[in-house]
Amino acid sequence: MSFISYLINGISLGSVYAIIALGYTMVYGIAKMLNFAHGDVIMVGGFTIFFAVSMQGWPPVIGVLLAVVLCTILGITIEYIAYRPLRQAASSLAVLITAIGVSYFLQNIALLIFGANTKAFTSVVNIPALKLADGQIIISGETIVTIISCIIIMIGLTLFINKTKAGQAMLAVSEDKGAAQLMGINVNATISLTFAIGSALAAIAGMLLCSAYPSLTPYTGSMPGIKAFVAAVFGGIGSIPGALIGGIVLGIIEILSKAYISSQMADAIVFMVLIIVLLVKPTGILGRKIQEKV
Amino acid sequence: MKSLKKAMSLTLVAAMTMTMLAGCGSSNKETAAETSDAATTEAAGETFKIGSIGPATGGAAVYGLAVQNGADLAIKEINEAGGINGYQVEYNFQDDECDNEKSVNAYNTLKDWGMQMLVGTTTSGCCIAVAAESSNDNMFQITPSGSSVDCISSNDNVYQVCFTDPNQGIAAAQYIGSNNVAEKVAVIYDSSDVYSSGIYEKFAAEAANQPFEIVSAEAFTADNKTDFSVQLQKAKDAGADLMFLPIYYTEASLILKQADAMGYTPKFFGCDGLDGILGVENFDAALAEGVMLLTPFAADADDEATQSFVSTYEAAYGETPNQFAADAYDAVYIIKAAAEKSGVTPADSISDICEKMKGAMAEISVDGLTGEAMSWDEDGAVNKAPKAMEIVNGNYSLIQ
Amino acid sequence: MKKLKLTKNLKDNIITYGIVIAAYIIIQLMSATGNISSLMQGLLVPLCVYVILAISLNLTVGILGELSLGHAGFMCVGAFTGAFFSKCMQDIITIDILRFILAILIGAVCAGAIGFLIGMPVLRLKGDYLAIVTLAFGEIIKNIINVLYIGRDSRGFHFSMKDSISLGLESDGTVIINGAQGITGTPKDSTFTIGIVLIIITLIIVLNLIHSRDGRAIMSIRDNLIAAESVGINITKYKLMAFSISAALAGVAGVLYSHNLSSLMATPKNFGYNMSIMILVFVVLGGIGNIRGSMIASVVLTLLPELLRGLSNYRMLIYSIILIVMMLFNWAPKFIELREKYSIKRLIKKPKEVQ
Repeated sequence: MSFISYLINGISLGSVYAIIALGYTMVYGIAKMLNFAHGDVIMVGGFTIFFAVSMQGWPPVIGVLLAVVLCTILGITIEYIAYRPLRQAASSLAVLITAIGVSYFLQNIALLIFGANTKAFTSVVNIPALKLADGQIIISGETIVTIISCIIIMIGLTLFINKTKAGQAMLAVSEDKGAAQLMGINVNATISLTFAIGSALAAIAGMLLCSAYPSLTPYTGSMPGIKAFVAAVFGGIGSIPGALIGGIVLGIIEILSKAYISSQMADAIVFMVLIIVLLVKPTGILGRKIQEKV
Repeated sequence: MKSLKKAMSLTLVAAMTMTMLAGCGSSNKETAAETSDAATTEAAGETFKIGSIGPATGGAAVYGLAVQNGADLAIKEINEAGGINGYQVEYNFQDDECDNEKSVNAYNTLKDWGMQMLVGTTTSGCCIAVAAESSNDNMFQITPSGSSVDCISSNDNVYQVCFTDPNQGIAAAQYIGSNNVAEKVAVIYDSSDVYSSGIYEKFAAEAANQPFEIVSAEAFTADNKTDFSVQLQKAKDAGADLMFLPIYYTEASLILKQADAMGYTPKFFGCDGLDGILGVENFDAALAEGVMLLTPFAADADDEATQSFVSTYEAAYGETPNQFAADAYDAVYIIKAAAEKSGVTPADSISDICEKMKGAMAEISVDGLTGEAMSWDEDGAVNKAPKAMEIVNGNYSLIQ
Repeated sequence: MKKLKLTKNLKDNIITYGIVIAAYIIIQLMSATGNISSLMQGLLVPLCVYVILAISLNLTVGILGELSLGHAGFMCVGAFTGAFFSKCMQDIITIDILRFILAILIGAVCAGAIGFLIGMPVLRLKGDYLAIVTLAFGEIIKNIINVLYIGRDSRGFHFSMKDSISLGLESDGTVIINGAQGITGTPKDSTFTIGIVLIIITLIIVLNLIHSRDGRAIMSIRDNLIAAESVGINITKYKLMAFSISAALAGVAGVLYSHNLSSLMATPKNFGYNMSIMILVFVVLGGIGNIRGSMIASVVLTLLPELLRGLSNYRMLIYSIILIVMMLFNWAPKFIELREKYSIKRLIKKPKEVQ
């Protein structure tokens, strides 16, 4: 019985990783950059909802909408100021470093505005927990909402990319920026749109992360951000269903290794599994094969 | 063309470094000037200079900022009341990001500023690194919250306001054992943290002599501290009726929430790191109902000193002080007591101040927020009685 | 033509060594005349540590062209093995300098060996996948060190991965590596002079490697792997060579780091991915593949937060803004254009003024 409840705990944790990983993988897939600031945009989303709901007493729906709008604007602004000027830079590493700068910036701004003290986040999810087998197995309302949102977002993103013009433009940009430009696609606008969507997803991820694990500090986003990045790589970075699978698998491995091997070594085990997966399948579980160009 | 670009960027980098170096040089001069200023004021004997170090940024910022404010408040009060031995006190706090190396940098910055006594550092690891430096300089140092034994063991110029980690672990085990609080105990501790693993180790060792049994001891790490479901599930499966949490309140608030969600309600027992849990903004105090903790300080204790401290602190900084703030506040008053006992003046050299203060520390007994009749042994460890508190109706109340 | 190129390399190298030696002489003069602040004095050894780290990572990132986010892990291995050795031998080898040299060698060999072992399987991966795997290894090393307990008593050494009680030490035993509490009381052997000597040795190793036959082979892998393979260059051998040398040098930096502070712990701050990324920032800001640039960048970025201390709580905020602006200024094509315009103008102006 305890195995099943561990498994469910793993899925709960994994669903949170998955929803963060969706945003990561979306931006990586199109803009081909590791956005290290993604975790911190999540934190901004969490603080926005905290400000609106807990400090101002506004209804949760308004708080979430406000967070989505604010994070979208933030994402577009960050892209415009810090990433766009470096898109044509001689090395793709340059933009990775500014992403780290942006990450520090967001953490320190939040520290100055909200202070360092931990804030307890009031869950915006009002669904009661699902109790099975005489209360032996409990699936929290947050988990249910997170998994459903993951699936909706995954389907939504897939449809958007495959069925709409803007989505097709994104695909084209991710394949070849130069060629896309020649075909009359506005590359800058497309990448801005990608960041807008990615950041809106971050706001939603922030809401769900903080509802599931209700402690909020300026550094809340950074560690789940890195874990979600690992999850995205696990599933094959750039692949949208891969992010979902990667997140859930990562959560389950983490919980099971804590439960059956060692709670001190859980991180090492998770990373070890990641390395083994990548050595066997170098582009992750659902990753595309890289064609070597001669 | 490309080589031209390269050359240009090189010259730019060079130019930047030049300005940096120039800036660095000038700032050196400034600090040098400052120190000479300090020397003149020292000669004139006008002010005491007390420095303080702790994390003001990074994950541990909440503790450092509390120390900064607590000490600041005490120094303002002292200055208004006429200072130490008739001399006003200047205060300077430096950020160490909770990193040993940065902490030594902060210490050196304060030395350049002309610091004569140090209230710091906030965290144990940094404190060990800084204590090695201050011991070389023979600078008087009192740490509000660096609780590792290594902070004070290899030097004689460093004193503690807080209990040492082994002391806390043993006290907690003895308290649980002698009061028959529980029979089966589970522990969740942070294996990547000096404070937490230090307490756990001694707790486990002492538990062998006590009538209770540790049925599950699970760890978490700094990189893995959001999900505690496994640790809680194991404790639940092992039938533990008491959960010992030698950790800080940020993680403890998550543990309480998750235990509640899974319908597990053991007795929770913590150390001084748990103090502050009721200060978490927006925290549902009902979750903490019945939590017991051994702590020297509680923000809503009834005594007058605590109440006036809490109300002034809240007025000045807009938040409820935690134990770190109280420790730092006490540290400054301890310095005052020792300085008045020994009659030091700002005109004395750093080493002379330290020697005189060391003599005084062995004799004084201070009543502070975090303990009554605190006295110090030769190592620098504090003697005071821990208080057992229980959270009842959303307030701390003293047991016994 | 060939001769000219050689002299250009030589000139370049002389400038690099010259900067290091000049910096050393200036600092020594300043400290001899008492013109140096305690802060600067305390920063000298850390600066050497970061310079060595930046040079060594530049070998992987700039010369081999592979992205590594686990450099701090190798530093961690070097720091702990070196400190462990010094702690054990403190009573046996009483000549500080000899013990420290041995510690450096041990740290370098251990870090290099770990680099070799890790490099063998993972160097097959490319780009971001390699980056994440190296990041993972760095975190694994940190995690293992945090649960490692080693003690010594009259019966010899005891190991444990659980806690210090399970070491089962005799009463005369001491715990040397105490899990998260790390190693305390490492002898403070690191000095600025040794740091500078190590920088020069690092430079000699790296610069000679770059300009050797092996170095050209490594760079050919970076520029075009398939072409390099097709002319018969042993890809695995050269990748491993660069990677393990880079790891060994990071180990040297680690030993220097651990012998500068009396308490050594593996925290996310000093040996986590944050530190690896920080070293990468040095390399990228200073110019990928540009050894001298990365040295300068590491000095600038280490001094910057200390110089900003006057801003108190705004310090790290301003630091992050400066970091972003510096990156844009150094890398954005538009800014580079702007800079060129400006400098060309100046170049034209100057001769006019002279006339």
